[in-house]
Amino acid sequence: MSRKDITSGNWAVAEAMRQINPDVVAAYPITPSTDIPMRFSEFVADGLVDTNLVTVESEHSAISACLAASVSGARVMTASSANGVALMHEIFPIAASYRAPIVFGLVNRSLGAPINIHCDHSDSMAERDSGWIHIYCEDGQEVYDTMIMGVRIAEHKDVLLPVFVCQDGFITSHCFEPVEFMEDDEVQAFIGERDPLFPLLDIDNPVAYGSLALTDYYFEIKRQQVEAMKHVERVYKEVAQEFAKKTGRDYPVVDTYRTDDADHIIVIMSSAAGAAKDTVDSLRERGHKVGCMRIRLFRPFPAAAIVDALKDARSIAVLDRAASLGAPAPLFTEIKGALYDAGIHIPTNTYVYGLGGRDFFPHNAEEAFMDLINNKMSPEERYLGLRE
Amino acid sequence: MAIRIKDLVTKEKAMRQGHRMCPGCGAPTAVQQALLAVEQPVVITAATGCLEVSTTIYPFNAWGVPFLHSAFENAGASVSGIEAAYVALKKKGKVTKDIKFVAFGGDGGTYDIGLQALSGAAERGHDFTYICYNNQGYMNTGAQRSSATPKGANTSTAPAGKVIPGKIQKPKDLTAIMAAHHIPYVAQTTIHNPMEVIEKVKRAVETPGPAFVNILTPCVLFWRLEPSLQREICKLAVETRIWPVYEVIDGQWKLGYKPRKRVPVEEFFKPQGRFRHLFKGEAGQSVIEAFQKDVDEGWEYLLKMCGETWEPQA
Repeated sequence: MSRKDITSGNWAVAEAMRQINPDVVAAYPITPSTDIPMRFSEFVADGLVDTNLVTVESEHSAISACLAASVSGARVMTASSANGVALMHEIFPIAASYRAPIVFGLVNRSLGAPINIHCDHSDSMAERDSGWIHIYCEDGQEVYDTMIMGVRIAEHKDVLLPVFVCQDGFITSHCFEPVEFMEDDEVQAFIGERDPLFPLLDIDNPVAYGSLALTDYYFEIKRQQVEAMKHVERVYKEVAQEFAKKTGRDYPVVDTYRTDDADHIIVIMSSAAGAAKDTVDSLRERGHKVGCMRIRLFRPFPAAAIVDALKDARSIAVLDRAASLGAPAPLFTEIKGALYDAGIHIPTNTYVYGLGGRDFFPHNAEEAFMDLINNKMSPEERYLGLRE
Repeated sequence: MAIRIKDLVTKEKAMRQGHRMCPGCGAPTAVQQALLAVEQPVVITAATGCLEVSTTIYPFNAWGVPFLHSAFENAGASVSGIEAAYVALKKKGKVTKDIKFVAFGGDGGTYDIGLQALSGAAERGHDFTYICYNNQGYMNTGAQRSSATPKGANTSTAPAGKVIPGKIQKPKDLTAIMAAHHIPYVAQTTIHNPMEVIEKVKRAVETPGPAFVNILTPCVLFWRLEPSLQREICKLAVETRIWPVYEVIDGQWKLGYKPRKRVPVEEFFKPQGRFRHLFKGEAGQSVIEAFQKDVDEGWEYLLKMCGETWEPQA
């Protein structure tokens, strides 16, 4: 059984949280993710959840309280954006190192300055080496589904890592669209109970979290996190497969659209994939063999799946919604690295688009495709939708 | 239940031998005394600092009870998160025992970088006790000045130089700031008398809701103090009224001790190398005089808050 409703990306996250019914949510307001704790606090006020909601005094305290609650044995969730994410930065690698399976609704927004409340991926891209799992979603349905799958992936004994469920600020978070919800009991049956390893509140078996480990042990502990990350793709696939069986909605690590016979492929993330896919259709109608690949799982980076989808293309355009100032854009760098490791050389263009919420239209995608089709290839970074 | 010393000395300690705090350091003394009279199981969290790094050097661990450290400025948020998890899991029957939560932070982690998280935790009303082991500076990183450092002290970032005689500013009154949160229990004390800390922390822990205890603890290394003088220097802090001991229980201020005589602040300075420069020349003398004035004014304020008068012997 399921029900369909018109909802926003933020409300979809809040609804997933209501159904998950976490033990603790500690959150702090910041645009555009504020709707999530606002909506959730209504559920708390109406007694629809058992959650202990901690309305902290900063994002730093939000993630610190989440981490402490998570290692205590609680199931924990939160949400934030941009500067809030940046303020939490110190605690992210600690949460990953303590193997705290926090599920985090990250609503992408540009980092200042200038201060700007609209979408780009500069906030989450700055956290790509923090040891968290990163999943980028295209629409509200996917955000809702990924929050639920995220619990299972994060808490899996072979993983035990926190997860960012990313959606585009305003574009997805505030856009009302139809979302199909599972029944409450279906969600509970899918996620099960959390069975924490070494909870802090197990008084009879005391443990210490947060030891000082210097030159003699730090490296080995980091190596264990590397190993945990290696298990993520397998666990992700198992969970996604089970989820697809229950709901009919399938979420591979990369979402390929008409790439099978494509000569030219755009690689993109999150909501802009919609405009890119529309452009694929219109260019196909005009006889161009083009396709689109959307990266869903970004950390760990699913290199094999990406190479498999790109290997037969004649040229590629990687579109980043974040710049790495002074170096090539982050997704572009990763894609090139994956192809290089596979021994494949395909000419690849790099574009930065949509910073600070600048709209991404089909004609922007077409511009990138036409560069590929007309063999205008260059390692120089180019910009879509920018006045120069 | 009355505290009996006979029971205390045979009790298993929450923090055990093998930690690497300096001989004479006040922090482990304060921690041991603080936890001695707590009858319920405790979970400890600590801010980054001497106590934390010296008790948990992997793969060793001096704590016989659950312990969490995650960062410097967030002990208030960490204890909030643990308590929030406890409340939620107890409601679901996943935790069955009654547990108490104690956070430790140095003055750097409490007066300065951790003040916001502590203030938030106090305002939200979690059930916890926060203990500041106040050694009046960033001693873990090498004696930098904090907002708890006394005026005139020689520190590594406010050094006694040819022109400037150490730290210029007087310390922040954190105990009063915490009292202004109108939480049910606030206390200021030191380790001059073990029963002081034992009784006050027991009261703090047994009080439902937030409690804050500010304990002056010598750093013998950077106070430039003979380690055997740990107790004596704390007694001098109380006798000189530099560090009066008092409680604020449900908004009622209660003075713990009135010195019989007016003991000048120099008596607290003399055993400590960090104040040595104040005894050389006029600049130092004017700092001592200003310090004494601050102490006298602070004492008058405290007497007023406690509804007390003071008539010292000549």
